Amino acid sequence: MADQNLLENDEPLLVARSLSKSFGRINACRDVSFSLYPGEVLAIVGESGSGKSTLLQMLSGQLAPSAGQVSYRMRDGVTRDLASLGEAERRFLFRTDWGFVHQDPAQGLRMAVSAGANVGERLMAVGWNHYGRIRDTASDWLTRVEIDTARIDDAPRTYSGGMRQRLQIARNLVTEPRLVFMDEPTGGLDVSVQARLLDLLRSLVAELNLAVVIVTHDLAVARLLSHRVMVMKGGRVIETGLTDQVLDDPREPYTQLLVSSILPP
Amino acid sequence: MNAPAYNFAYLDEQTKRMIRRAILKAIAIPGYQVPFASREMPMPYGWGTGGVQVTAAILGPADVLKVIDQGSDDTTNAISIRKFFAKTAGVATTTATDEATVIQTRHRIPETALRAHQVLVYQVPIPEPLRFLEPRETETRRMHALAEYGLMHVKLYEDIARFGHIATAYAYPVKVNARYVMDPSPTPKFDNPKMDNCPALQLFGAGREKRIYAIPPYTQVVSLDFEDHPFEPYRFNAPCALCGAENSYLDEIVTDDKGGRMFVCSDTDYCEGRQAAGHHGSLSAAPYKEKAQEAANG
Repeated sequence: MADQNLLENDEPLLVARSLSKSFGRINACRDVSFSLYPGEVLAIVGESGSGKSTLLQMLSGQLAPSAGQVSYRMRDGVTRDLASLGEAERRFLFRTDWGFVHQDPAQGLRMAVSAGANVGERLMAVGWNHYGRIRDTASDWLTRVEIDTARIDDAPRTYSGGMRQRLQIARNLVTEPRLVFMDEPTGGLDVSVQARLLDLLRSLVAELNLAVVIVTHDLAVARLLSHRVMVMKGGRVIETGLTDQVLDDPREPYTQLLVSSILPP
Repeated sequence: MNAPAYNFAYLDEQTKRMIRRAILKAIAIPGYQVPFASREMPMPYGWGTGGVQVTAAILGPADVLKVIDQGSDDTTNAISIRKFFAKTAGVATTTATDEATVIQTRHRIPETALRAHQVLVYQVPIPEPLRFLEPRETETRRMHALAEYGLMHVKLYEDIARFGHIATAYAYPVKVNARYVMDPSPTPKFDNPKMDNCPALQLFGAGREKRIYAIPPYTQVVSLDFEDHPFEPYRFNAPCALCGAENSYLDEIVTDDKGGRMFVCSDTDYCEGRQAAGHHGSLSAAPYKEKAQEAANG
């Protein structure tokens, strides 16, 4: 079993090959390539307009690249090009083996539907048909993301910002995905709530052996969560490497600027 | 002035052909909502413009038409639609379920079991079962296409979480022919089992939303539920006060301002038929009628 795991961890989960996207004359993303391994957390950092979100959308199959390809190793071990998947397969992948945590929880949650149903929706979508079991699993996940289970029947619109974000995470992780995309998951939260959320994310990632692609402009988030960092500017990856290496010893002038603009604690 | 003012059954022949094509497609794909070019009808939306167009398209001179509204043959809506077709198509009309070949209905399925070669036409206000969960039409169509129906269970989950049981009492979602999830129009869920394996053809017309869908005869129709919260038809726990029926769907009628109420069959034809056959409920007028008769004779 251990050997099997080792073997599986040896092959990349997600591979991007020279991804480019242009909108008319604007090149939002140019020639991005990388491999992501199981259990690895990759942070994509850069300022607004650097192409981070475009890249994330291409990686998660929501946007077709102008050039290049993304391939993913499915649960059956076969690596497939995302563009070759049918829409049904892609959507199935999206709600089982993948997660997507939006910056704004309202985008990733059904705000008018109770928290329990929000978490249970993915289960029901893959054919769970037993109310009791769905509810137990939902309340188990609420506990794991530190939401009081007494609030399982409340709609997320009655939740605070931090709780919404944690609920969104529970909703994504309930089908035990192997890969989670996160778009500025801590944006818009106050500092103490951010810290708690990051702490939670870090333990969940380690516990579930999740691979994560996290887009952020906050270098502190990248430092806390990620193993590797890609720095983007003007649609290009200008620097990539281990997180501590890039953040403690930045090579590119732009990265140096980014790092030096963090306020000293 | 002897020329008829309208074409047979009001709609022109081209329109009827268009609607028939939509109906044929709907029958070929049970439960699938077929878009059609719904016409303005001489009645307001919500009064059955979709049902009327479907009826107009399938009606022939030999047909016998019955129209019910909430089970009743004698409400405004039912009477005006019946008169409308009596006038524009000259077809025979009836209130007896047995005699009718085409039955247009709003919110009920007759208690009398339907036979083969009968057609039941439903008036549908909102054909999309996923509408209140997913407002985007593009998205709901995609969900139907890919048979992604997890969301429908979210609604049932919400019911149980809030009320302890599936509280949806009408327009209860069904799965047709193990493929499409369909809104049975706002019929009470009591009527859902009647749709399953029904010998009659069931057609659904939504005028404002411009959709037609169908359940062909002898098609499997399953009400959605959870393993631990199975589907249960609901009925007031009382016999009909007029005919004493124990198994028909009941209307609750408030009789005074002191909490008095009576329960009566919502299907008037069924209730009258039973009373004519000698069944009486607790509030039936029949004994008084007999006494009055005797007094008049004696």
